[in-house]
Amino acid sequence: MGALQSLPGRPEYSDLAEKTGFSFEQIGVLHKRFKQLSHNEETLRRDHFNEIHDLAFNPIRAQIIEAFFDRRNFHQDGEGKVQEIGFEEFVVVMSHFRPPSDHMTEEQRAKTRREKLRFLFNMHDTDNDGTITLEEYRHVVEELLSRSGTLEKETAKCIADAAMLEVASISVGHMEPDEFYEGITFEHFLKLLDGFEIESRMTIRFLNMDTTTLCK
Amino acid sequence: MPSRTVSHGSSGRLRGLFLVMVLVFLEGSVFTLAVASSDQHSPTTAHSDGHKATDHGSHNNTGKAFPVLDLNYENVRVPFEISLWVLLASLMKLGFHLVPHLSNIVPESCLLIVVGLLVGGIIRGTGEKVPPVLNSQLFFYILLPPIILDAGYFLPIRPFMENLGTILIFAVVGTLWNAFFVGGLLYGVCQIGTESSSILSRIGLLQCLLFGSIISAVDPVAVLAVFEEIHINELLHILVFGESLLNDAVTVVLYHLFEEFSGIGSVTLLNGFLGVISFFVVALGGVLVGVIYGILAAFTSRFTSHTRVIEPLFVFLYSYMAYLTAEIFHLSGIMALIACGAVMRPYVEANISHKSHTTIKYFLKMWSSVSETLIFIFLGVATVAGPHDWNWTFVTVTVILCLIARVIGVVGLTFIINKFRIVKLTTKDQFIIAYGGLRGAIAFSLGFLLEKKHFPEREIFLTAIITVIFFTVFVQGMTIKPLVELLAVKKKQEAKRSINEEIHTQFLDHLLTGIEDICGHYGHHHWKDKLNRFNKKYVKKCLIAGERSKEPQLIAFYHKMEMKQAIQLVESGGGIKLPSAMPSTVSMQNIQPRPPTKPAAERAIPQLSKTKEEEIRKILRTNLQRTRQRLRSYNRHTLVADPYEDGLSDLLLKKQKMFQIEKKLKEMNTYLTVPAPPPDSPTMCRARLASDPQAYSIKPASNKVPMIQVDLASPQSPDSVNLLDEFGQANQQEEEEQGLMMKPPSRPREGSSGRATAGVAISKQSSHSPLTSDRNQYQI
Repeated sequence: MGALQSLPGRPEYSDLAEKTGFSFEQIGVLHKRFKQLSHNEETLRRDHFNEIHDLAFNPIRAQIIEAFFDRRNFHQDGEGKVQEIGFEEFVVVMSHFRPPSDHMTEEQRAKTRREKLRFLFNMHDTDNDGTITLEEYRHVVEELLSRSGTLEKETAKCIADAAMLEVASISVGHMEPDEFYEGITFEHFLKLLDGFEIESRMTIRFLNMDTTTLCK
Repeated sequence: MPSRTVSHGSSGRLRGLFLVMVLVFLEGSVFTLAVASSDQHSPTTAHSDGHKATDHGSHNNTGKAFPVLDLNYENVRVPFEISLWVLLASLMKLGFHLVPHLSNIVPESCLLIVVGLLVGGIIRGTGEKVPPVLNSQLFFYILLPPIILDAGYFLPIRPFMENLGTILIFAVVGTLWNAFFVGGLLYGVCQIGTESSSILSRIGLLQCLLFGSIISAVDPVAVLAVFEEIHINELLHILVFGESLLNDAVTVVLYHLFEEFSGIGSVTLLNGFLGVISFFVVALGGVLVGVIYGILAAFTSRFTSHTRVIEPLFVFLYSYMAYLTAEIFHLSGIMALIACGAVMRPYVEANISHKSHTTIKYFLKMWSSVSETLIFIFLGVATVAGPHDWNWTFVTVTVILCLIARVIGVVGLTFIINKFRIVKLTTKDQFIIAYGGLRGAIAFSLGFLLEKKHFPEREIFLTAIITVIFFTVFVQGMTIKPLVELLAVKKKQEAKRSINEEIHTQFLDHLLTGIEDICGHYGHHHWKDKLNRFNKKYVKKCLIAGERSKEPQLIAFYHKMEMKQAIQLVESGGGIKLPSAMPSTVSMQNIQPRPPTKPAAERAIPQLSKTKEEEIRKILRTNLQRTRQRLRSYNRHTLVADPYEDGLSDLLLKKQKMFQIEKKLKEMNTYLTVPAPPPDSPTMCRARLASDPQAYSIKPASNKVPMIQVDLASPQSPDSVNLLDEFGQANQQEEEEQGLMMKPPSRPREGSSGRATAGVAISKQSSHSPLTSDRNQYQI
């Protein structure tokens, strides 16, 4: 992080560009946004994210913010959480949402899919043990429905149970009555969302336009 | 095996008999029609001859004999003819599917046109004048609206909105390109190519452009008819179909523009500019009219909880009024209809009963199906009837130019569009889009509307239009299916929507909105989220009655899924095996977290002795039978707050629960249920059908109620659902019911704290049932 001081010039950008696949203009725009969010500091902390006004209505706000501070998303084979992130980590996390480029081979496409699904998996698997247990899945569904107001926990629980049952049925077809399904592993997760076309759905358009003037 | 061949033979003979009957009927009806239509012209038909003879004969006598059997066809003529046509269309539709293999090779639309040709030919063959059946009034006001409403009401909103940009570009720019290309080049060909035939060179530029605008619009009826049979993937379907719907605005504007000004002979720049403005007015105005009527319909449906019978009528009436209102102001009626259907659907479906929903679905499908059939038959008849003026040059040039224009248009536009799309359109996709641009009856009707005195070349136009329609429907319609197979285009995925996908779809929506907010740019996720929030906060409260307004989408989806499963369970004859998407033996037990300190013995399922099982089963069965006998008869005036539906749902639920209990007694597995919301709101009846009747309030005061409690897997998990008092609700009217009479031997209660809580229990609520069993009788 030491190389990224106040105004990184082209060489730092090219490093990032190669790593994440963004273009120079896009990295420039993201850098401006980073500085705006962090009030021109070097690093972003969680309370910076909490200041974003539009994010307040999002039911899974906490998980999104946590995803930015999760070492597993930094592509450095780390684990655990950090308290603050620099620009490089910010861009790396954002790179999960890049649209697939036009000329991609099948392996590249499969690799992108794995990356994006890994990001989602990490968001669900909060205790880092490599499986999404029933409790964690229930938490996901509860958070999703948390903005609905009049909701008992029971319904969320039952929906999560049904979903888990489905995953178990798809991944492990036959189970004896006293066997126990530990949780959704990453492989099962891949199989579950096989037809989901995640590489085109989990994308946002990174405009080359400087949008920092448009938002607060 | 002899028996099978015999049955095959007999069914084959039955089929043949039916076809012969259809053909005879066809002939007979055609003759009647021919006779009837000529009734007005020549009063010397067989019937009137005989009638007159008797008349004369009787007049010669002083008194008139009382006519025992009289014939008066004139009064009944019009409804009779109409019914005959509709009956013919329906029988044809039936007949096609009886002939083996025919429907695989030839699409239905082609066959129907051929039938129309045959009918027209027969009528002409008998020397009568072919009735002008496809007049524009009938087509635009009666035949077209049901098809468009069916399409609009069941439009898949999500893929439509996701591809809206692409669809709009194809519809607007594509149609404009087609119109000007065909019209312009045709004018050039007419002027240059023909030396001797002065007919063609008299066709002005504006007339050619008008012709181009009529012929260039992709027709929704034809597209629907052909694409329905080939089952291509959703993206291509929605692209071609959406284009065919939205290009109506362009067609309307161009048509009126050129029709107005071909009289004058030139279009000034001002008028051209006004034409552009008028396009926006027509399109947006049509949508606005549709939205207004849609909101009105949704609002009306909020109050229909006491008169369920006429609910479907509101849907149809408001939509039709939207169409007609748009037509009054020369706005795009099709867009109004689509907007109305799409806007009202989510709110209306939350308000109306299950039966009304089914009614709307089936009526729409029925009307659109009949309309479509009639349109194609009439096309055939009109081909035989209409005055034709065949001109080789004009017709062939038109066909070729249409094809070329379509291909160039699609390829060029896709090149531009792909720069903005995330999921690019491949060459295969482009080919299907270009090849699927079928023309149909709308073009013909628009051509028919032209007046002869303003357009002396009307017949040439009509002939060319019919030729293009025939070409696209026959050639392209027939070959598109093998081409789709050949090119291995992705087919429609039949997979059911799973709960996991639904969860993740919603999760992704929120995630992407959040990332967009962090990035700081207001992309379309942001606006979609804002719209959803606005919808939830204000609109749903106004337009949806009662509790349903607060139900989040995930729960609504889940309830629908449960209901489907429950209905499946009942329909499959109450099979013991739970029908699920994935046949597997995984059950709830497998995923419940195992409690840490529970030895296996205590978790053991209580074993009921055989006699007790039998007793329980017998009692359940008798109760179920008695309930069935008591179902009230259906009278439309007493259809208040869906009591019949309640009874039916109770019956289904009981049946379901009975088999559940049987299953449990055999396997001791648990069934997945959802605790339903509180039972007070009548609109929750539908949810109750599938969900666990925890909604039935547990009457706590009855200690005398016998309960069978089956132990569940984990004692301390709060997931064990209490199924108490399931018979309570429906049996309120059944006072004299005997109820569960169980006198099981009393057993000492085992007082261990780790005992399982209640699993599944069946209780019978009855004030005077001499029950002696204890509440926790069967617990271990």
